[in-house]
Parts: sequence; structure tokens; C-alpha cells
Amino acid sequence: MNYYAIKAIYLYEMSRTYRTISQSLIAPVISTILYFVVFGSAIGSKIENIEGISYGVFIVPGLVMLSVLMQSITNAAFAIYFPKFVGTINELLSAPVSTIDIVIGYIGAATTKSFSIGIIILITAHLIVPLKIVHPLYMLLFLLLTCFAFCSFGFIIGLWAKNFEQLNLVPMLIITPLVFLGGSFYSISMLPVFWQKISMFNPVVYLISGFRWTFFNFSDFSFGVSLLAIFSFAILCNSIIFWMFKTGYKVRN
Amino acid sequence: MKPIISINSLSKTFTSGFNALEKVSLDINKGEIFALLGPNGAGKTTLISIITGITIPTSGSVKVNNYDVIKDPIKTRSLIGLVPQEVAIEPFETVLSSIKFSRGLFGKPQDSLYINSILKQLSLWEKRNTKIIELSGGMKRRVLIAKALSHEPLVLFLDEPTAGVDVELRKDMWGIIKSLKYSGVTIILTTHYIEEAENLADRVGFINNGQISLIEEKQQLINKMGKKTLSIHIQNAIQNIPYKLKKYKLEISNSGNTLTYNYDINSEKTVITALLNDLSKENIKLKDIKSKQSSLEDIFINIVGK
Ligand SMILES: Nc1ncnc2c1ncn2[C@@H]1O[C@H](COP(=O)(O)OP(=O)(O)OP(=O)(O)O)[C@@H](O)[C@H]1O
Ligand SMILES: [Mg+2]
Repeated sequence: MNYYAIKAIYLYEMSRTYRTISQSLIAPVISTILYFVVFGSAIGSKIENIEGISYGVFIVPGLVMLSVLMQSITNAAFAIYFPKFVGTINELLSAPVSTIDIVIGYIGAATTKSFSIGIIILITAHLIVPLKIVHPLYMLLFLLLTCFAFCSFGFIIGLWAKNFEQLNLVPMLIITPLVFLGGSFYSISMLPVFWQKISMFNPVVYLISGFRWTFFNFSDFSFGVSLLAIFSFAILCNSIIFWMFKTGYKVRN
Repeated sequence: MKPIISINSLSKTFTSGFNALEKVSLDINKGEIFALLGPNGAGKTTLISIITGITIPTSGSVKVNNYDVIKDPIKTRSLIGLVPQEVAIEPFETVLSSIKFSRGLFGKPQDSLYINSILKQLSLWEKRNTKIIELSGGMKRRVLIAKALSHEPLVLFLDEPTAGVDVELRKDMWGIIKSLKYSGVTIILTTHYIEEAENLADRVGFINNGQISLIEEKQQLINKMGKKTLSIHIQNAIQNIPYKLKKYKLEISNSGNTLTYNYDINSEKTVITALLNDLSKENIKLKDIKSKQSSLEDIFINIVGK
């Protein structure tokens, strides 16, 4: 491991975040507040409590997940796509760094960023609705793991993308629908049986369910299943990254 | 002496099917300045990209300091600094942070004293807190050099370091390159300015269509292939070469006022004496004579033209 390289990449990426701190943090916070206003207050007041929890509180874990997934993917994808676009990636490719250094540096920085965004959204939410978290440590662990897994996924997209369109394609076309249909704003058990069955194939359902369990101690699936799912996804993504750097696929000519 | 870089039968076929390099073999000696010359698309950048680890070769091998670039990339890359042909630097970073990043990336702890000395040497000191995007093209090139030097490489690749650089800066860079060689750095440079190679290089390699066509000591090359021309300006113009002078194969130009004699640098010196004698016998009066030795550029055109 090249400690100085990891530090250089991590700090460089973090300084890029600080430079654009307003976009990085304000945008997701504002959009979360908007969701609260629309879904939590306006519509939520017309919806009954779910398992004894008011709708405004119920949607908090889903909202955090929605932002964190999107932020993780776009940040990590951009972090590696931009050097490709500008041409500075050649410096990285000619540097004495192993894949693990690159992963810790880039994905570590992106994970830090989206984890912070998740926490800030939680704090924002807490200012609007009374929030009690039953399993705070599990909550942090699960959030961190989710950030890492989806930053890894975003990193693959950034490596793979040939242009800006492709870069935006996956988050827009795949992640947004999966998250919206993944139970961000409802419990899967509220759906007709047929749609419940269909939802089982949506991986985001397990994420939101698991995350919700850390808040309210109830969920559609057991927490273990959710943890296993996100863990496997992180391993899968990182295996792909290691394979790409090893073979040079989409990385080296 | 053991070569610091040893390239063995290296070939590269791009996914497009294009053969950019064909069985290139080349040794670079420790501490030398090697100039790689060749026309656009010859394969210079491709060769450098393979040695530095940016591009994967199709076949053949490259060893740097006895380590294979594919099997031991961490070891070989930490020895190499690269000044790329394309000016690509993250535009929104400052000069200083961009250079510090390079040093860290190549596994070295920060050393502000050293970085400051590079900044000063490359006349970037005043610009150290300026964003890259606000620099002129020549300054960006200097930043690229600073980035490559930031991690104290043993081998430095300069891919057209002085393209788009003004005369003064070019002379500055030559000075820097010479002082790097003096401090023990091995330098491989590509250039389209033949005078640059002539001024700097110990050895010269010619590459064309992905094949190395010639590698020579610069001086030997000039000696071996160098031609001299003797221009003889005469007082009274002539239109035809007198019969007795035919054996010298003189060329007439300048409406009969100049005679040109081409000879090999190694040819016997007595020939010129004989020629001058014969001229005076034919009653041709001289006004002035000039001799000129061919440059690497002439040799280059000769080789590429073949
Ligand atoms: N990624 C690539 N895919 C396909 N062909 C490529 C690629 N990169 C380079 N080539 C081709 O390989 C050949 C050699 O290119 P290279 O950049 O090595 O030339 P060069 O000698 O550096 O030229 P120049 O003096 O213009 O910089 C060119 O014909 C180029 O078009
Ligand atoms: Mg080139």
C-alpha cells in the first residue's frame, strides 16, 4: 500500500468537495426539505400513522436513502470520470499505486462526502419532525456501508462512461425508479400482494427496509437480510473494480 | 554498463487493429539523454505510454532498472517521471496543490523545501497560488515539468517538452534538462525540433511507422552520415563546368556565380586542395569560400524520406 498516495488522492478529492461545498451540501438539503413539505406535511397530514408512526417521520429513512444513493453514485462517478475527461487520469495510471490505494483514496473520499450528506439530512429532518432512532449504531453502520457500496458502484460507472450522457444515464434511468418504487414513501406491506411480489426483485427495497428497521425496529424483511444484501453488493462492485484495473478493461489502452 | 531501460521486441496493436509499434528493441543507458525522433504518428508517445504503464503492450517486454513494467509496476513506476505531450492538468486546482498532489501520488512524503526549489527553478514561484486555468500555455507546460520532477524520478520522459514554448523558455528548459542530466537523471525526450536533439542528446533514435530505424551516438551519426558542402563564390560567372573539373561533380548555382562541392566528412582532406588547385589552373578566380556541415535535421529528412 502506498500511504502517501492514498492520502494525496483522499485530500485532493476532499478539497474538491470543499471548493464546491455549497452545491455539495445545500442542494440535497433543500431537496429533502421540499420532500418533507410536500410528502410529510401536505400529503402526510391526510395519511394515517403507519405502525404507530406518523407519516412525516416514517419517510425519513427513505428520504435519507434516496439522497445518499444518488449522491454516492454521482460523486464517485464524477470523481473518476472528470480526470478521464480532462486527461489527468494518465498521471494516475502512471503512478505507483495499486487498485486498493485507488479504491481507498477515491471511494473513501466519496463515501466520506455522501455519509456527511446523510448525517446532515438526518439533522435537518430532526429539526422538522421529532425523530427517535432505536438502533443508532446499526443506523450509522448501515448508512456507512450503503455509502461505500454505492460509491463503489458509481466509480464503476465513471470508469465505464464514455461521455456525460452515459454518466447521467444510470442514475436517472435505473436508480431513480428503483428508489421511488423501493418503498421510500410507503411500506411494501401497503401494496397489493402482486406488487409486493414484484418489489422483491428490487434490491433497493431491502436497503430501505433495513435502514428503516434501525430507526423504528420494524421492517418488511429482517435486518440481517438487508445487511447481507448491501454487503454482497459492496463486494461485487469492488470485485468488478479490481478486475477492471487488473485487465485494464475501460481503464488502459 | 547495464541499461536502465531495456525494451525487448515490443509490439502494440490497438483495439482498432492499428499496429502502432512493431518489434521495437531499445536500451537506454543510465544517465544519458536519449532523443527519440520521428514524424507524427510514428509511435513515440505509444512507446512512452507503455514504459510508463499507461498503455498495455500486445507483446514484448520492458524492464526498468531490471523490473518488468507489467509484473512489477509499482517498482518501475516509482522511478519514472513523465511530462506528457498533451497538456492535461486539473483546471481548478492551484499550481502548488497540483504539484504536491503529484509528489504524494508517487509515494513521497511532502517536502516543501524541495517543491519550492522546483517552483523557483521553473519560474513558477510567483504563480504558485494561481489556478491552472488562469495560466498561459507555456506556464502550464512548466507545471507539467514541475509535477514530473516533484517526486525526484530517476528516469524522466519528456514528450515534446518544448512544443508551443517561446525561444527564451526553450533555452531555459534546455538548461534545466542539462542540469538534471548532471544530477544523474536519465532523460528520454521526443521532439520535432532537431536542433533540440542536436543540442541535448547523447544518443539519437529514429522511429518511423512503429519501427526503430536507427540508433546512434549523436556525434557518430553526424560524422557517419554527415555531409559537408563547400560553396565557392567566384568572381566571373561561368555557365559550364570546364572538362578538367568534371570529376568533382560541381553544381552551378546563383546564375553561375557559385559552385558547390559536396564531400564526405571522412574523405581525404587533400581533395579540397586539389580542387582549389584545379580551379586556379582553369583561371577561375575565387571571391569567397564557405563550408557547411549537415545537421541532424538533414540526416532526419534523409532517413524519413527513404
Ligand atoms: N488509442 C489509440 N487507438 C488507436 N490508434 C491509436 C491510439 N493511440 C495512438 N494511435 C495511433 O498510433 C499511432 C502512433 O501514435 P503516437 O501518438 O504514438 O505517435 P507519435 O509518434 O507520438 O506522434 P506525434 O509526433 O504526432 O506525437 C498513430 O497512428 C495513432 O493514430
Ligand atoms: Mg506523440
